[in-house]
Amino acid sequence: MTEMNENPLDLLPEVLLAASAVLGLLLGSWLPRGRQWLVGALAGGVCTAGIVAAGVASTGTAFEGAFAVDPVTATSRIVILGGTLVILALSVAPLRADPRESEFYVLLQLSSLGALMLSGAQDLLLLAAAYLLASVPSYVLAGFRKDAMGTEAALKYYVVGAFLGVLMLAGITVLYAAGRATAYPILRAELAGAPMELSAVGVVAVLAGLLFKAGGVPGHFWVPDAVQGSAAPVAAFLTTLPKIGAFAALYRLGTEALSDSEVPWAALVAVLSALSMTLGNLAAFFQQDVKRLLAYSTISQVGYLLMPVAVAGRADLAQQALLFYLAGYAPTNLGAFAVACALPEARSIDDYRGLARQRPAVAGALIVCLLGLVGTPPTAVFLGKLEAFSAAFDGGYAWLAVLAAINTVASLFYYLRWIAPALSARREERPQDVTRTASVTAYGAAACSVALGLAGGPVLTLLDGSLAR
Amino acid sequence: MLTALVLLPTGVAALLLCVPRSAPRRLFLVGWAATCTVELALTVAVWAGYRSGGGTQYETRARWIPSAGVSYHVGVDGLSLPLVALACVLFLACSVYALRETRRVREFAALFLFLQTTCLGLFVAFDLILFFVFFDLSIVAMYFVIAGWGHPGAARAALKFFLYTFIGSLALLLGFIGLYLAANPHTFDIVELTQQNPLAGRSLYGGLVLLAVGVGLAVKTPTVPFHTWLPPAHTEAPAAGSAILAGVLLKMGTYGFLRIAMPILPDSWRHYALVFVVVGVVSVLYGALVALAQNDFKRMVAYTSVNHMGYIILAVGAAAAAGDGQTEARQLAVTGAVVQMVSHGLLTGALFLLAGVLYERGQTYDMSAYSGVAGRAPVFAGLTGVAAFASLGLPGFSGFIAEFQILTGSLGPRPVATALALLGILLSAGLFLRALQRIFLGPLRLPEAPGADRPFPDIRGHEGASIVPLLVLAVVLGLAPRFLLDVVEPASRGVLELLSR
Repeated sequence: MTEMNENPLDLLPEVLLAASAVLGLLLGSWLPRGRQWLVGALAGGVCTAGIVAAGVASTGTAFEGAFAVDPVTATSRIVILGGTLVILALSVAPLRADPRESEFYVLLQLSSLGALMLSGAQDLLLLAAAYLLASVPSYVLAGFRKDAMGTEAALKYYVVGAFLGVLMLAGITVLYAAGRATAYPILRAELAGAPMELSAVGVVAVLAGLLFKAGGVPGHFWVPDAVQGSAAPVAAFLTTLPKIGAFAALYRLGTEALSDSEVPWAALVAVLSALSMTLGNLAAFFQQDVKRLLAYSTISQVGYLLMPVAVAGRADLAQQALLFYLAGYAPTNLGAFAVACALPEARSIDDYRGLARQRPAVAGALIVCLLGLVGTPPTAVFLGKLEAFSAAFDGGYAWLAVLAAINTVASLFYYLRWIAPALSARREERPQDVTRTASVTAYGAAACSVALGLAGGPVLTLLDGSLAR
Repeated sequence: MLTALVLLPTGVAALLLCVPRSAPRRLFLVGWAATCTVELALTVAVWAGYRSGGGTQYETRARWIPSAGVSYHVGVDGLSLPLVALACVLFLACSVYALRETRRVREFAALFLFLQTTCLGLFVAFDLILFFVFFDLSIVAMYFVIAGWGHPGAARAALKFFLYTFIGSLALLLGFIGLYLAANPHTFDIVELTQQNPLAGRSLYGGLVLLAVGVGLAVKTPTVPFHTWLPPAHTEAPAAGSAILAGVLLKMGTYGFLRIAMPILPDSWRHYALVFVVVGVVSVLYGALVALAQNDFKRMVAYTSVNHMGYIILAVGAAAAAGDGQTEARQLAVTGAVVQMVSHGLLTGALFLLAGVLYERGQTYDMSAYSGVAGRAPVFAGLTGVAAFASLGLPGFSGFIAEFQILTGSLGPRPVATALALLGILLSAGLFLRALQRIFLGPLRLPEAPGADRPFPDIRGHEGASIVPLLVLAVVLGLAPRFLLDVVEPASRGVLELLSR
């Protein structure tokens, strides 16, 4: 807590997004159905403005230290808002003149806002509020189509989320009891002398909630069903943006609140990371539905992302590794989902047979994104993985890096199961319909993933910088 | 200069992809062959400007990812220059061979041009991550070549190839990270790492890093027991793909031993050199024996690659043997290893292209389906005969120079192993003669064709134009190897100096 600061301008991206959501709700009530896209356009404009604001924001804390503005927040803001733009682009075509078009945009913005708050929260109470803000609108989004699959998706997502959310609130209470505060800087000092068992229980419970948002083991049970059941743009949203907020929150919790306590944070997170990458990969092996396959692949990606979190504070590279991996993962994963959005009729892997002949550009974007998820150079995820592996080695978790390498090879198998039919011979059928906006988005995401990998040097330098306290 | 050499093919590939697919087929094929010709001319220019014994030349170093210790660092020396030239020659030969290709020509040409970038980039890379990037991209490009243009079982073979070599590449990456963290300051630069020798005196750490790097390179080479991906990949790949896979991609593994493992990890290498000697000898004998048992011509050639790569591993292992007064011999072994890479690239490239000719005529590689082909196609028979004799190490061809140097160099330090490896030459002589006899001699018999007798035309113009130069080069190297040895010898002396630290 460096200064008393209640300047709302520090939270400009968040404030803009909240204002646009409220305004969108009002506008949506008055606009004719054919013009509701204006709400989406407004959201897009606000996201762009927010990215600019996040780029120029100065480092510091706001609201009595409850919210930190530092490289972690800045990166998360840019990636989350950029990702929201991608989701907006993906939803334009399927939602055109839908009776509930403006509601969708509003819910999307509110949920993104929750993710933004998660990434900057430096106080357990703010963390809980951000968790709810990120979760509740996304339950609705998951079931937005109101069909049987969507309802099941929303229900599963809600039940798991409510349960783990309550657990997290309980954990916050326990940590408050142990540390006599909810602000991280105070907790850090207090937890050093608190009973280890008490704080460990609290940490585990808080982890449960954050891992639900991240979609990692053991909070991963909702991921496959919610992703398969909801519309493709929503699935892209659920597996990408809340994750970024959750990882920023995890990193902040590990380095700020728990760095002096005796809780075995690194070992705990390392085990969860190992479980997440392994279980996600094994489950993805023989999936036929592409969205379900991607869902399991995101679970394994959570495992890799947890590596730098585990060694946070022990390895110098941890912060850069985490942030770069997140920045690389977001466009790559969104690109893969964008391909799924672009081909709404293709549901299973077999439906992609012959894609390379019919739609070479879409197939190219798909291949770049899938190989990117494996971590093939020169895509951004490769560099992220390289940094994450180095961080794990450096932090004394060489076994985790070796396990991650083995898992990477294993993951190649199911990504290739999808690529191979796309390259194989043509089926005697008419070419599939392609949604134009979604395919263009997919090209953009794939290009972004490669460009970020090639321009890794300057970006990595930007990501370095100490946390605000 | 080198950057242009490396990136030009990919630039042309991007241009070709912009041309609509409806454009005439010849445009793509001629554009591809022209690019390969320019590449070869550039390489000749590089070679002409290269001063032998002058160390690393044409060096460029630019910042890439400074915070991660990664830079864009390229250059050529006596180890890499012959391989760069070999790659350019083989890619040109493949482009000429493919002039009659009809299946999805635009993508085929673009993919091969991209593959050329990865191969050249790997050989000139002086940064571990740059090396790794090209290593991985070559696997990706080769996967698409096999899966997209291979024979019916190609999808499976391509998957096996990808998984196997990708496992190898990740082991390699772990080893590289181990080196990076051991260095102070942290760096991936090969030259700096070589100077630092970061793992001197840390035997366990060094052993583990060598294990990771060694496994990664051994999968690519491939040596026994990591060779099982090779036969299916070769058998199912299109002819040009096999030629590049055997001629250039396999060299990435052995080149990695000379460029990375020996200079950066001298202590561990000396300590575990015996392992490499044993692996080399086993590869030599096993490859030859299994090749002897094959009925499939292409599979047989694939197994002889395991045999020939085994000599290289034997040589690099023997070069580390302790003992004074044997510097000459050890240097001979290392030089022989480099010459063997070049020679094997030329000869196996030619043999795989000839296998492609055979398949195109008869639609099968099964040797028992053919007999007496020499009567119908004397030129084809002659070329195959020359390639086979050169490959088994007959004096007058490059294979002899290479194997003679390797065996002479290794005999002093490792007499027993070398004596065993000599048996490999005997075996490969037997298997090649047997294959020639089965296909070309005896009464005429061609694979069963529906209806009339299948015609078996002799070598066509574009086939000859691609295969003959490879064999001519092999003869030139066999008769006048000095121009190559002048470049290689100073470099192999350098490797040994680094190794004896």
